[in-house]
Amino acid sequence: MSDQAHAVPGGVRLAHHFDDLEQQHESAQLGMWAFMLTEIMFFGGLFLCYIVYRNLYPEAWQLASHQLNVLMGGVNTAVLICSSLTMALAIRTAQTGGGRIPQIGWLALTLLFGTAFLVIKTFEYKEKFEHGLIPGPSFIDPSGHAAAVFGAEVRHARIFFSLYFIMTGLHAFHMIVGIGMMFWTMRCSWKGYYTASNYDGLEMFGLYWHFVDIVWIFLFPLLYLLGAHATGGGGHH
Amino acid sequence: MGNQLNLFPENASTFASQVDYIYLYLLLVCAVFALGVVVAIVYFSIKYRRNPTHTAIQQVEGNMMLEITWSVVPLLIMLTMFGWGAWLYMRMVTPPKGALDYYVVGKQWMWKLQHPTGQREINELHVPINQPVRLTLTSEDVIHDFFVPDFRMKRDVVPGRYTECWFEATKIGSYRIECAQYCGTKHSQMIGLVHVMSQADYDKWLSGNLGAETADAAGKKLFEGNRCDTCHKDAPDARGAPLWGVYGTQVALRDGSTVLADDDYLRESILHSTAKVVAGFEPIMPLYDGQLTEEQVLQLVAYIKTLKAKPKETQ
Amino acid sequence: MSSHAATIRPGPERSDKPSYLTDGHTLKSWLLTVDHKRIAILYLAAITVFFSVGGLLALLIRAELFTPKGDLFDSDTYNKLFTLHGIVMIFFFLIPSIPATLGNFLIPIMIGAKDVAFPKINLLSWYVYMTGGSMAVLVIVLGGVDTGWTLYPPFSSTYSNTNVALTAMAAFVTGFSSILTGLNFMVTIHKMRAPGMTWFRLPLFIWAHYATSLVMLLGTPVIAITVLTMAIERVFHVGIFDPTAGGDPVLFQHMFWFYSHPAVYIMILPGMGVISEVIACFTRKRIFGYAFVAMSSLGIAIIGFIVWGHHMYVTGQSTYADIVFSILTYIVAVPSAIKTFNWTATMYKGSVSMDTPMVYAMCFMGLFLIGGLTGLFCANLGLDVHIHDTYFIVAHFHYVMVGSAMFAYLAGLHFWFPKITGRMYSEGPAKFGAIIIFIGFNLTFFPQFILGYLGMPRRYHFYPEEWQVLNVLSSAGAMTLGAGILLSMLNIGWAIVAGAKASANPWMAKGLEWENASSPPITANFDEAPIVTEEAYNYPAQLPSAAHH
Repeated sequence: MSDQAHAVPGGVRLAHHFDDLEQQHESAQLGMWAFMLTEIMFFGGLFLCYIVYRNLYPEAWQLASHQLNVLMGGVNTAVLICSSLTMALAIRTAQTGGGRIPQIGWLALTLLFGTAFLVIKTFEYKEKFEHGLIPGPSFIDPSGHAAAVFGAEVRHARIFFSLYFIMTGLHAFHMIVGIGMMFWTMRCSWKGYYTASNYDGLEMFGLYWHFVDIVWIFLFPLLYLLGAHATGGGGHH
Repeated sequence: MGNQLNLFPENASTFASQVDYIYLYLLLVCAVFALGVVVAIVYFSIKYRRNPTHTAIQQVEGNMMLEITWSVVPLLIMLTMFGWGAWLYMRMVTPPKGALDYYVVGKQWMWKLQHPTGQREINELHVPINQPVRLTLTSEDVIHDFFVPDFRMKRDVVPGRYTECWFEATKIGSYRIECAQYCGTKHSQMIGLVHVMSQADYDKWLSGNLGAETADAAGKKLFEGNRCDTCHKDAPDARGAPLWGVYGTQVALRDGSTVLADDDYLRESILHSTAKVVAGFEPIMPLYDGQLTEEQVLQLVAYIKTLKAKPKETQ
Repeated sequence: MSSHAATIRPGPERSDKPSYLTDGHTLKSWLLTVDHKRIAILYLAAITVFFSVGGLLALLIRAELFTPKGDLFDSDTYNKLFTLHGIVMIFFFLIPSIPATLGNFLIPIMIGAKDVAFPKINLLSWYVYMTGGSMAVLVIVLGGVDTGWTLYPPFSSTYSNTNVALTAMAAFVTGFSSILTGLNFMVTIHKMRAPGMTWFRLPLFIWAHYATSLVMLLGTPVIAITVLTMAIERVFHVGIFDPTAGGDPVLFQHMFWFYSHPAVYIMILPGMGVISEVIACFTRKRIFGYAFVAMSSLGIAIIGFIVWGHHMYVTGQSTYADIVFSILTYIVAVPSAIKTFNWTATMYKGSVSMDTPMVYAMCFMGLFLIGGLTGLFCANLGLDVHIHDTYFIVAHFHYVMVGSAMFAYLAGLHFWFPKITGRMYSEGPAKFGAIIIFIGFNLTFFPQFILGYLGMPRRYHFYPEEWQVLNVLSSAGAMTLGAGILLSMLNIGWAIVAGAKASANPWMAKGLEWENASSPPITANFDEAPIVTEEAYNYPAQLPSAAHH
């Protein structure tokens, strides 16, 4: 590609402005971790909103949490954890000098799990949509479904669902970006860029993928589980 | 006032001179520091100006004692500033007992004010001199800010909640009320006047503006008109939580926590009754959110505040 | 300490390799460049446009305020003017100003690297910035926005009838250019330093940018999610910040200021870095208390994250929160004081030369003193109740953002102008411009302190007649300030076209960018990779014999 790029065994290029592969590797790694710090702060703003409103409206949180599909959420959690495993195995394969085919195999499995997550998520969204649980002016319409479910708490429940959609929506957006990058990574893998001596690109993509999973690992209990099992205030059922 | 150049607004409340003293103290300290640095810079610029014949530049690495001194000394001085400011601020946010209760509702772009005795005014407020006045503020739309420069007093007026502030006017006259939080097109025209009057003049003004109900009397009517008394009655079998003597006390809630029954709690319980349900009661009260205006809620709160606990034997 | 006698190298002779300016002449060679120096120039061009727009808006605002009643504009238009002025100046000028231009250009050269760590991401950040900028321009074309740059709900989310959502998205998008720049700087400073360039040999400009990059990385995502949520609230009415639906508009303010207070340090820290470089060069001395100045940058960046509540004393947040935020705010003032004292002490027994960059640096010192010290007034709980949201605050933050950040930017532009362009500007007009800007600036903003204490709220279209004298002074100052800036821009512009050729080290300054790179530098920055053997600012005791230019 670039005439200044040094040829390095294994096919990964040393960019012109780095002295050696080690510097390039460390830069990529530090950059990726710094980027994830940024992402933590990005989601952090939403977690803050969640904490504040949960404390303000515990009853609404409990009621609204019951409306989420724990089964679908739980399956999705399992799917994502599996995808993290296959992602790690893809990196492990490169690390131990495994060839292109096993690398791509693991990546393809990861891709499959990631897509499955999004498909399940779509069904979940569809269900919410059919039940009129889409936050917006209609949510608090006194004759609507939400008003019937939440009664007096309907306005506060709407905030729960707003946060639910923003948080899971942003997470899903990150998944979609990840799937897009997956194709790129598979292409690089096919070209044999990732070898035991250098698999930077694959490793960085793996970090991103694990990060997105971890966000979900926080979202799932906070949204689906905590409220449903809150005991404060005495028996609601 | 004319066109003469003033450096200070009028000194018309008990806070005014206190704030001005802090201001002058800070001005003095900062002027000394700033002048010191500027004089040093100018002196060094001249004394050590570049001169081709003079070649002895002395490299000085730094000096630990100096660094510590010019870190710690400013910090100590600043802590005095902090302490004084915080002390005054604590007074500013703690209305004295017996202050007259006025209610303020801001909306784009006017101030609606109500006296403890029920008179209502728009963009004007008559208050007696030398008498602490407590304002409870809320907004019908966006965030406003109630600012009287001559009193050195300011508080945001936030929709959905109550804020409070207080002042004691010390000088007869009329003073500008301004909106200090940008609130839309006519932000700069959302102005009013506080008229500070002698007690005699104030009484006369009040008597000339009869016919208005007091806030709590209006609240009582609302209370009965909305059949609140069906449930909130002073009887052991009442389905609604007891309101007699509740204001200012700690109330135990269903979830085991307690909450101070202040204005904000009463407001919340009227509009969103289910948010904090009193222990021993079911969340069955309808929501009045959107059913009552902010002024009506203020009147209901004023009424509940007048309900005193009755001695047990009268039951 | 290096044992051998300190010397200053005059810089390399003109290299036979093409300079970054002549290495490709096509439009494509600029728009698809990954050279940090060319990207800096791209940023410089874009920022200059936004600065001009923001400045023009400021002049319109001040023209309107010549008189107490609206003569030129109706209130809606006036409100749009100050909103756009704030948004353009903060998001599109001040935040990227020094980092994206001087920082981009100089950081790799100063640490002896060929480029930033991620050149393509660097280019991407410019395109992201331009996308956000285009959205801001679109906002103006579509009729503007009137929420104030602070975008407070529920006014922004429910009541305003202007292009709020698009404005929020413009800020959202532009935030990512800032994040990418910060990411690049942080990794570059960590990983790309030349052999021998240890942490405590770094120029203070680098330390300042390191601290800045931390704020960019950790603060910017929070404003991004905050304005995004506000935009969602506005478009879909989801209730998060809507007080009639249980939402909390004050929560928005907390999240907004969690970024927007540290953002002030994004604007001022790089400026402080510039001032350290300029003062060292024009006194020919190592900066007094180097380590303290370096660490104070980090101190400001870190403590700066926990003082945001001082913007909210009168919102009705907890009194105890008010007290904690007040004391923390006084503590964050200490590192700024340390810097000021150390800069002053640096001049002691130096060899002080009042060239244009130094004139700007001296103006900075005076204005930063006023801007910083009036911050103590605003931090004071009892006093702030009175001056909060008045012209006192307007004056205070303009002394910091214009009096300090913009003066530092101009100091830096003049200081490194010969390095960036290979040419020299005319000293006379440059100095004259600096003086005019200084006078105009003080005339504009000093009366505003008095206006504020008298009780004139900010964002006021109409005002009482007794405040006209001070307002006229302020407006006259603004016109002077505008003229001074125009003069300086013309002088610089003329020098770009027709300035005399500059040598590699016209100031005979220390630093890799002067001693090891030609003016303008070659694309790879250095003919041979530099190895660092001495402290920063290791100026010799003798004046160099070579006169500058």
